[in-house]
Amino acid sequence: MFSINQLVFKDIINVRKLEIESGKIYCLFGESGSGKSTLLKMFNSMLTPDQGKITYKDESIADLDPIQLRREVVMLGQDPIVFEGTVRDNLLIGLQFAAKEVVANQVLTELLKELHLAKDLDEEADKLSGGEQQRLAFGRVLLMDAEVYLMDEPTSALDENTETVIMDLFTKKVRNAGKTAIMVTHSKGIAEKYSDEIIYMTDILMKEGTLS
Amino acid sequence: MNEMLEMTLWQLVTAYIFIVILLAIVRWRKIPREKEIIIATLRMTIQLVLVGYVLMFIFENEKMIYSVIVIIIMEIFAVYNIYKRTKQSLSRDLKKIIAFSMVSGTLFAFLYFDFIVVRFSPWYDPRYFIPIAGMLIGNSMTGITLGVSSLIEGFTSRKKEVEAALMLGAPPKKASQGIVNHAFDSAILPTINSMVGMGIVFLPGMMTGVILSGAGPMDAIKYQIAIMLGITGSVSISVILFLYFGYKTFFNNHAQLKL
Ligand SMILES: Nc1ncnc2c1ncn2[C@@H]1O[C@H](COP(=O)(O)OP(=O)(O)O)[C@@H](O)[C@H]1O
Ligand SMILES: [Mg+2]
Repeated sequence: MFSINQLVFKDIINVRKLEIESGKIYCLFGESGSGKSTLLKMFNSMLTPDQGKITYKDESIADLDPIQLRREVVMLGQDPIVFEGTVRDNLLIGLQFAAKEVVANQVLTELLKELHLAKDLDEEADKLSGGEQQRLAFGRVLLMDAEVYLMDEPTSALDENTETVIMDLFTKKVRNAGKTAIMVTHSKGIAEKYSDEIIYMTDILMKEGTLS
Repeated sequence: MNEMLEMTLWQLVTAYIFIVILLAIVRWRKIPREKEIIIATLRMTIQLVLVGYVLMFIFENEKMIYSVIVIIIMEIFAVYNIYKRTKQSLSRDLKKIIAFSMVSGTLFAFLYFDFIVVRFSPWYDPRYFIPIAGMLIGNSMTGITLGVSSLIEGFTSRKKEVEAALMLGAPPKKASQGIVNHAFDSAILPTINSMVGMGIVFLPGMMTGVILSGAGPMDAIKYQIAIMLGITGSVSISVILFLYFGYKTFFNNHAQLKL
């Protein structure tokens, strides 16, 4: 699905080779500051590499329309963002941004239940706690019906129980639909439990001058 | 014909008593502003006297070229003033767009005002051309200055929000809609407010001028209404042009935020 070749970004990223296969769940694992978020942003053209190539479905990402790409390769950023408006507005805004069809209230209420968010659709979203906002942002991305999900530490603000609920929900949805996911995580346990493959930053990052 | 009151030089000098009072108060209260007050008063006096001579010359030699030169100088001054008054640093592209929207917005509104609404005769009659161009340009300048600050501030403080929208597949236009709307609001609000206060809180320059020159209040008011509408048009067109092109300078051709 993705293929990385001699990718360089500033002095942060230097990856010789990396293949991402369709229909699998990957965990990107590495210590803080090792460049996980930076690398993740290359997969949907939020950042463009200085050198080297990254392809999506055999086409160079640099040549693809970034907006269309991001509608297929959707991303949840590291900081949960809540937009002005209600819980409903916040869930639907992604579909509106991507010019996709909005879904019925029933679907949204169902999703809130699955996210263990005991909130009303009409509640103002900025009143939610940090962990609730993270789940709201998570739900917004889940609704996007994408090919690939790039998730940057999606459970960082959650307690262990809620984390399990969210990860179960996410992996079940991705697997049932046969989609692909690349997830950054701070937890080795999560990586081992939920991913098909763990990508260790220490394994893929090359030191300067070791490029063959 | 005109019943404009003549003011002697001595009468004018007596008006400076206000500054003397101010200076006395400032000295008495030990506020260290004497220098600034004196300089501001001197500058105001000298600048206006010089402008007076220039206008006298232009009014006496009613030539198209002089009116055109004056409006060009005003536009250049206004554009540089926007650059100077904006506290944040401006990109090259944004500067170009400021200049473009300022000049084309004010010129469009002005020419419409000149040829369709009031129909000066001749169209470059400096007695109308210069003050009205000045008012449109001055107000658009304030509007764009506010719009520029608000736009840059918006992109800086809401960077994460814009990026979250892009990550969901939003085109830059949609991702920055909230910021652009807010910038439009702050740019246009003073103009809207001044329409609301018109005639009650202030009798603005145009009307004061027309009344002082001996015209009846109703004529003055017709002019004032027209000029207020002209100002609103000029401000909105220049601000809309600025925002329409301006937000794009915050994105590169990969639809990434350049901050
Ligand atoms: N746009 C950027 N330009 C330069 N340096 C950056 C940029 N973004 C992040 N960094 C730096 O790159 C390194 C990796 O950051 P990041 O990808 O956020 O790491 P992680 O997500 O693994 O914690 C950090 O040292 C960070 O300060
Ligand atoms: Mg990170």
